[in-house]
Amino acid sequence: MTETTHTVAFTTERLAKAKEIIARYPEGKQKSALLPLLHLAQEQYGWVSPEVMDYVAGLLTILPIEVYEVASFYTMFHLDPVGKHVIEYCRTGPCCLMGGEDVYGYLKTKLGIDTGETTADGKFTIKEVECLAACGWGPVFQVREKYYMNLTNDKIDEIIDELSKD
Amino acid sequence: MPVKILTEHINVPGIDTFEVYRKMGGYTAVEKALKKMTPDEIVEEVKKSGVRGRGGAGFPMGMKWSFLAKPEGVPRYLVCNADESEPGTFKDHYLMKNNPHLLIEGMIVSSFALGANKSFIYVRGELMYVIHILERAIEEAKAAGFLGKNILGTGYDLELVVQPGGGAYICGEETALLESLEGKRGNPRNKPPFPAVKGLYQCPTVVNNVESISNTPWIVNNGGEAYAALGVGRSTGTKLISVSGHVNKPGVYEIPLGITVEDFIYADEWCGGIRPGHHLKAVVAGGSSVPILPANLILTLANGDKRLMTYESLSDGGFATGTMLGSGGFIVMDETTCIVRNTLTFARFYHHESCGQCSPCREGTGWMDKVLDRIEHGKGNMRDIDLLVDVAKKIEGNTICPLGDAAAWPIAAAIRHFRHEFEWHVTHPLEATKPGAVYRGEMELV
Ligand SMILES: NC(=O)C1=CN([C@@H]2O[C@H](COP(=O)(O)OP(=O)(O)OC[C@H]3O[C@@H](n4cnc5c(N)ncnc54)[C@H](O)[C@@H]3O)[C@@H](O)[C@H]2O)C=CC1
Ligand SMILES: Cc1cc2nc3c(=O)[nH]c(=O)nc-3n(C[C@H](O)[C@H](O)[C@H](O)COP(=O)(O)O)c2cc1C
Ligand code: SF4
Ligand code: FES
Repeated sequence: MTETTHTVAFTTERLAKAKEIIARYPEGKQKSALLPLLHLAQEQYGWVSPEVMDYVAGLLTILPIEVYEVASFYTMFHLDPVGKHVIEYCRTGPCCLMGGEDVYGYLKTKLGIDTGETTADGKFTIKEVECLAACGWGPVFQVREKYYMNLTNDKIDEIIDELSKD
Repeated sequence: MPVKILTEHINVPGIDTFEVYRKMGGYTAVEKALKKMTPDEIVEEVKKSGVRGRGGAGFPMGMKWSFLAKPEGVPRYLVCNADESEPGTFKDHYLMKNNPHLLIEGMIVSSFALGANKSFIYVRGELMYVIHILERAIEEAKAAGFLGKNILGTGYDLELVVQPGGGAYICGEETALLESLEGKRGNPRNKPPFPAVKGLYQCPTVVNNVESISNTPWIVNNGGEAYAALGVGRSTGTKLISVSGHVNKPGVYEIPLGITVEDFIYADEWCGGIRPGHHLKAVVAGGSSVPILPANLILTLANGDKRLMTYESLSDGGFATGTMLGSGGFIVMDETTCIVRNTLTFARFYHHESCGQCSPCREGTGWMDKVLDRIEHGKGNMRDIDLLVDVAKKIEGNTICPLGDAAAWPIAAAIRHFRHEFEWHVTHPLEATKPGAVYRGEMELV
């Protein structure tokens, strides 16, 4: 499960990365770094809590509300704690044509949870997302940065086994 | 073998590295452009090529470039649109992950032509692994002197920034993309002013699709006329088509514009036909936003001629009997497909993705989603079908950006061509709601 921290701060490495990102934009346009920084924060904490958003606002010298309104607009940012592995499956038409609904049904049964839920051991969360730009290689889901494509029930068994190990 | 402009070397092992890309003739366009051409000469070649925007709208690229405002002392920007989120479209993903240096070379040549010293590639955040591929390629190009300060000793400076999105289809719309790049919610702006006049940070900006920009190295090397010699009429060059659905070989194909739709679907060189034992029922030819066509209409024009893979031929007949090339997301459906269900997944998509700024889109997409859900689940009535058409009409043309149209058109088209399937759901609710149920009545299959 993702830890809730009271003192939010980027690791030294991520702070250096954040500074490098902020320097990419013209002077005074540091707000452009908001999405990259939210990704960086989510990478560290698993989700973006209000404290994390306040911290990011501080780094960019913008108002916290400017961060909240952005974080809530974009679907990739988890505003609540999630499991260790978030499985985001594409529910859009072309993936369904490729057999998506059956395969995702199997996934849900296997993990014993429905979309939006987390397993009791805190290992897996399932989320539905829209088209992931991999339609011809569907059905497809994504776990963090990795795409899993041409899914079948057997492949799902393998992937879950693999992910369960860590 | 047809000419391949974008994918000729895509299967060469190591093509994603600078070394191999360079060995295959890569970055020669940068040398030629920066050392032997003026920016205006490059714009002229792009104009001559007739290449049209590959993001979907098909606006002539050279013309857009020549509209770029050039006020004294104001920076200009080039922004590459790699937000690719249109259901059925995955060509830019394919191109960037396999051949990242092609896009980077295109960005250098194009930025030089437009007078930009800082350019952005906005990639949908889900493709973080592709962002890493691009960033590594940028580092390689920089180390080789093709990016950064004083490129190849010519005095031209360019910095490339790869920007991740956050998961929002609407950020593919160019003005929403610019808002997002400024660190805001992706709410589209009113056009005009077009980005070419007021874009990123209110400065003149060109937004072009990944595939559009990836064509520019070839155009610089071979000339605009050579490009224009490929294709048919105003559909010049090649086009990447992403194919999903019930064909034998889904994937991404680079086709010369002008082959017949029939060839594209059935020839072994391309999709290799419909999967064994099945028949073609319908095609969505240009991504989820374009009208669906039944088998007979996608293959043949009203006058009996074969339909071609071109902007003009695909839109022949208007919305009555035609569709659009759009982003080239070619979704193929055989007789096992329930059109109502498929239309519902699209409606749900647009409902989910509406940014909520204009009420016809915000309310209309929700309404259509709800009514379609009712019909799909056997709880609709005949009036609901006309209601859908009515709501679609009310959205069309009444919104800030074309997402509203994109939500309305596919639903209107599905009802136009497959009305009997919607009616069957109303008249046979028990049958229609069985798992995997598909209308098997009167259908023209090929
Ligand atoms: N690739 C994808 O994932 C998706 C693609 N689309 C496509 O997007 C299309 C709609 O895109 P829009 O940008 O709204 O179309 P548009 O027709 O407004 O603009 C097309 C391009 O031409 C430029 N332009 C047009 N008139 C201009 C003028 N007078 N001066 C300067 N520049 C001008 C615009 O700035 C834009 O870059 C749809 O046709 C659809 O096919 C839609 C959704 C997703
Ligand atoms: C809702 C919506 C989503 C869009 N998504 C994309 C996209 O993902 N990629 C893209 O290149 N163009 C997309 N477009 C079109 C862009 O607004 C713009 O026309 C395009 O990036 C211009 O580049 P091009 O002229 O090279 O095609 C979208 C348009 C709309 C209305
Ligand atoms: S049409 Fe829809 S997506 Fe586009 S600006 Fe209006 S509400 Fe937003
Ligand atoms: S529809 Fe699933 S990746 Fe596009």
